[in-house]
Amino acid sequence: MQYEAVIGLEVHAQLLTQSKIFCSCSTQFGSEPNTQVCPVCLGMPGVLPVLNKKAVEYTIKTGLAMNCKIASYSRFARKNYFYPDLPKGYQISQYELPLCEEGYLEITVNNERRKIRIKRIHLEEDAGKNIHDPSGYSFVDFNRTGVPLMEIVSEPDIKTPAEAASYMKKLRTILRYLGVCDGNLEQGSLRCDANISIRPVGSEEFGVKTEIKNINSFRFVEKALEYEIKRQIRILTDGGKITQETRLWDSQTGTTQSMRSKEEAHDYRYFPEPDLVPVVVSKDFIERIKKDMPELPDKKIEKFIKQYNLPNYDAEILTEEKSIAEWFEEAVKLGGKPKEVSNWIMVELLRLLNEENKDITQCPVKPSQLVELIRLIEKGTINRNTAKEVFEEMYRTGKTAESIVKEKGLTQISDDAILIEALKEVISKNPKEVERFKSGEEKLIGFFVGQVMKNTKGKANPKLVNELILKLLKDT
Amino acid sequence: MGLNNLTLVELGKMIHKGEVRPHEILIDVFNRIQEVEGKVKSFITLTIEKAYEMAKDAENTIFTGKKNIATGIPIAIKDNICTKGILTTCASKILYNFYPPYESTVTEKLLKEKYVLVGKTNMDEFAMGSSTENSGFHITRNPWNLERVPGGSSGGSAAAVAADECIAALGSDTGGSIRQPASFCGVVGLKPTYGRVSRFGLVAFASSLDQIGPLTKCVADSALLMNVIAGYTHMDSTSVPIKSPDFTEKLGKEIKNFKIGIPKEYFIKGMDKEVEERVNEAIKHLESLGCIPIEISLPHTEYAVATYYIIATSEASSNLARYDGVKYGLRVEGKDLLDMYMKTRSKGFGAEVKRRIMLGTYCLSAGYYDAYYKKAQQVRTLIKNDFEKAFKEVDFIVTPTVPSTAFKIGEKIDDPLQMYLSDIFTISVNLGGLPAISIPCGFNKDGLPVGLQIIGKPFNEAEILQLAFAYEQSTPWHTKKPLL
Repeated sequence: MQYEAVIGLEVHAQLLTQSKIFCSCSTQFGSEPNTQVCPVCLGMPGVLPVLNKKAVEYTIKTGLAMNCKIASYSRFARKNYFYPDLPKGYQISQYELPLCEEGYLEITVNNERRKIRIKRIHLEEDAGKNIHDPSGYSFVDFNRTGVPLMEIVSEPDIKTPAEAASYMKKLRTILRYLGVCDGNLEQGSLRCDANISIRPVGSEEFGVKTEIKNINSFRFVEKALEYEIKRQIRILTDGGKITQETRLWDSQTGTTQSMRSKEEAHDYRYFPEPDLVPVVVSKDFIERIKKDMPELPDKKIEKFIKQYNLPNYDAEILTEEKSIAEWFEEAVKLGGKPKEVSNWIMVELLRLLNEENKDITQCPVKPSQLVELIRLIEKGTINRNTAKEVFEEMYRTGKTAESIVKEKGLTQISDDAILIEALKEVISKNPKEVERFKSGEEKLIGFFVGQVMKNTKGKANPKLVNELILKLLKDT
Repeated sequence: MGLNNLTLVELGKMIHKGEVRPHEILIDVFNRIQEVEGKVKSFITLTIEKAYEMAKDAENTIFTGKKNIATGIPIAIKDNICTKGILTTCASKILYNFYPPYESTVTEKLLKEKYVLVGKTNMDEFAMGSSTENSGFHITRNPWNLERVPGGSSGGSAAAVAADECIAALGSDTGGSIRQPASFCGVVGLKPTYGRVSRFGLVAFASSLDQIGPLTKCVADSALLMNVIAGYTHMDSTSVPIKSPDFTEKLGKEIKNFKIGIPKEYFIKGMDKEVEERVNEAIKHLESLGCIPIEISLPHTEYAVATYYIIATSEASSNLARYDGVKYGLRVEGKDLLDMYMKTRSKGFGAEVKRRIMLGTYCLSAGYYDAYYKKAQQVRTLIKNDFEKAFKEVDFIVTPTVPSTAFKIGEKIDDPLQMYLSDIFTISVNLGGLPAISIPCGFNKDGLPVGLQIIGKPFNEAEILQLAFAYEQSTPWHTKKPLL
C-alpha cells in the first residue's frame, strides 16, 4: 500500500528582547550559571510576574508577518507540572486565548508553491536547564528561566520531510527579517517538535500520531521525519499498530526512541493565570507595529525578479538574510548593475564570509566599495581576474579598490607600444611555437597571451594582447 | 497603663508633640509581650534587636522633623508577608528556614516611614484555615478566653492587637482571614478592594482573592494604615492604577440617609442567637444615627462557600507547587527526584494544606475542569452581579462578620466543613473583590466579642471607614480590653 505523511510542526522561538518576559533580568546567552536571575524568575514565594510589552509586540509582529488574526483580548494561563528546571512548578503560557491565530506561510518545494496554515502563535516563558554531574548530583541553571518564548504551531498541512525543512527555513528567515529571534538551532534559540502520522494515499482520516522532540538542525528535521515515516510504514505493513507517544530524536544513531506514552502524558491542569490581567491589544498598537514592519522575503524575491531582472535562484539566495538583501539593494542603488552585483555577492563575498563564519553585517567591504570596483572593470582599468584579487585584498584590509590598484601597480596595460614590445620578446624567445602556430596550430594563441600576461604580472589588457598578437604573428 | 495600650492615632499625636519617644513605646510593647505572650502566643518570630534599631532610626527621623504616620510605631506583620532578611515561614514547616531576599511592597512602604517591626505573627499554614490551629508551629489563643481560638488565618495579628502586644498589625484576607479573627478578638479589621493594596511579597494562597489589610484597635487607625499601604505598584499587575484617597478624610462626617442593605440570606438558621441580637442592635443603632436600613437579597449566597473552595484550592494547588525542596525551604532527601519531592512535601505541609492541594488539583484535572473550576468561575460572576445589583439600591451592606463567637480550641479541627462555614459571611466579599470591614459590636454573655461587617462598593474604603467610625465613636465596644 502507498502511504502519505501528515506532519505538523511546533516551533519554539526565543525572542530577542533585552530582558526576560516577567522580570528585568538579562536574556543574554552563555553567561555563568545563575548570574541572570532574580526572585521573580526564580519563582520565590510572594513575587509576581510583570509582562514585558516588547515580547507582546514581537509576537504580534510575527503574527502579522505570518498572516494571522491578532486577538484584541488575550490571556495567559498556567501549565502545571513538576520539574527542577521549572521553579514555580508551573509555566506561564497561553492556552485558550493566544495572541495570534489562523495564519499561513507559503513555501516552494520542487517548484510547487504550498500554503502551510498556522494554527496559533502564543507567548510563554522558557524553563531553565538541568545540568547532570557525573557525581550523581544534578544542578539547575536558571539563566534561561523566563526568557520569552514564542510557540508557533502549524496545522497538519505538511506532506513531506523536505516540506517540513523548507517550512522551518522560511520561518527562520522571517523571524530573522523581523529581528524577533536570531534563529540559532544549535544554541536552542529556535527549537522544533514534529507531530507526524501516516495514512494510505487518498484517505481523509488521520492516522495515530507520534510527537518527535529534540530536533535541533534543519538536516535533522528531514532525517528525523524520514526515519519516523519509515518506522511507521514498517509497523503498519507488518500488521501492527502505531502507539500514540512522544519520541526523542537521537542524532547519534539517526533514530527516534520512545520517551513517554499517551498514558504517561502529563495532565497540565491549565487554568487562567490569576497574577496577570488579560492582554488587551488596541488597533493603534497593531497599526504602529505594522508601520514598523520590514519588507518580507516573499515581497523581496518578487521585487528582485521583476525590478532587477534577477534569476529566481539569485533572488532566493540574496533574500535568505535581510542583511544580504539590503547590502545588495544598497549596491544597486549606488549604480551597480544588479546581475553583476549579485554575482559578486554570491560567488566571492559569501565565500569569503563563510570561510570566517561571519555574516554580512560584519563585512569590511561596503556596497559603495564593490560598486567602485565594478566601475574599474567597466572602464578597463583592471581586468576581471585582477579584480578578484583586488576584491580579496579589499576584504582583508578594508581599503578601497582604487588605492589597492594604485599601491600594487595593478592598472591594466592598454598601451600598444608597451604591449608590442612585450610581444616581440615572447615571439623571439619561442621560435618553435611561432613555427607551429604558422603551420596551423591556432590554439597556441593562448600560449602567447599567457606568456605576455606572465611577463606583465597580469596587468596586460587581455583583449588588446589578443588583437595585437594576431597582427604581429602574421607579420613575422 | 502602658504606652502599648494606646492607638496609632494617640501615639502619633504624642510623638508629634515630643511627649513620647519610639523606644519608650517599644519598651512597653516588649514588656507586655514578656507578660502575656506565653499565654497568647501570637508570634512566630520576635524581632527584638531589629525593633530597637528601627526605633532608634525612627527617632533620628523624628529629630529631623520628618515624621510620618507609621514613624516609630511598633507594628506586627503576618508571617506570610515577606520581610527582607527576616524569617518568613507562612507558619509552614516547608519554609521553616526561609529568609526572603526582598521586601514586600507594604512593608517597603512602612519602612520608608520608619515603622518599628515587633515581629511576625502566627497564622494558619499558608493562610489556610479559620482558627490559627493549622499553624505548623503552635496554636494561638484568644486573649478574651484562652480556651478559645483567635480565629484565622490572621489569628496571630488579631490576638497581638487585642492583647496590646503591638499598636497595630497587618494581615491578609482571602476568604475572611482579616475580618473573622478581628471579629473573634474584638478588634477592627479591614479587607480592601482587590487591587487596592499591592500583593507583591505576600506569599500567595489564592491569587485572585488575596488582599493585605490592617488589623487595629480602632477605625481611625485602620484609615491611617491604609494611607500608608494602599496604592498602585507596577510590581503587581493586578493592583489597580488609580490614585488612593486620604482614607481619614471622611472620618467624623455625618452618615445621615446612608442606605444600608440588610441581606436576608445572611440571617440564617443555626446562627448564634446572641450574635444575631448584637448585630440587630447595631443596625438599630445605625438607624438612630440616621441610616436607612433596607432589606435586600443576595440570591446566590448559598453557593458562595462551594464556589470559594473550588477557586481558592485550585489556585492554591498551583501556587504551592514551588515548594518542592529544590531551591529553598525544607528538603528531605530521597532515592530519586520523585522520592525527594514526595518526602519533602509530605513532611513539609500540614493536613489542611494537603487537603486543599488535593482538592484544587482534582478540580483542575482533565475532565473535571468544566464541572468544577469553570462552573465556579461562572457562579463567581453571578455572586458579583448580586452585589452590583444590590449596590444600585444601597450604599453599604451590613451583616454579621461570623455566624458565631470564637469557638473552642479543637472544637472544629476534625470537621473541615464546619470550619469552612465559619467564613460563610465573609467569603462572598472576596469573590466579589469588594472592600469590607469588621468592627466590634458588643459581647455575648460569656464576654466574647461579636463583629459587625460593613461591605462597600469597590474602592469605597473611605466611605466604609466613615460609617464604621460613626458607629464606633457612639458605642463603647472598642474601649474594652481583655483581662489577661
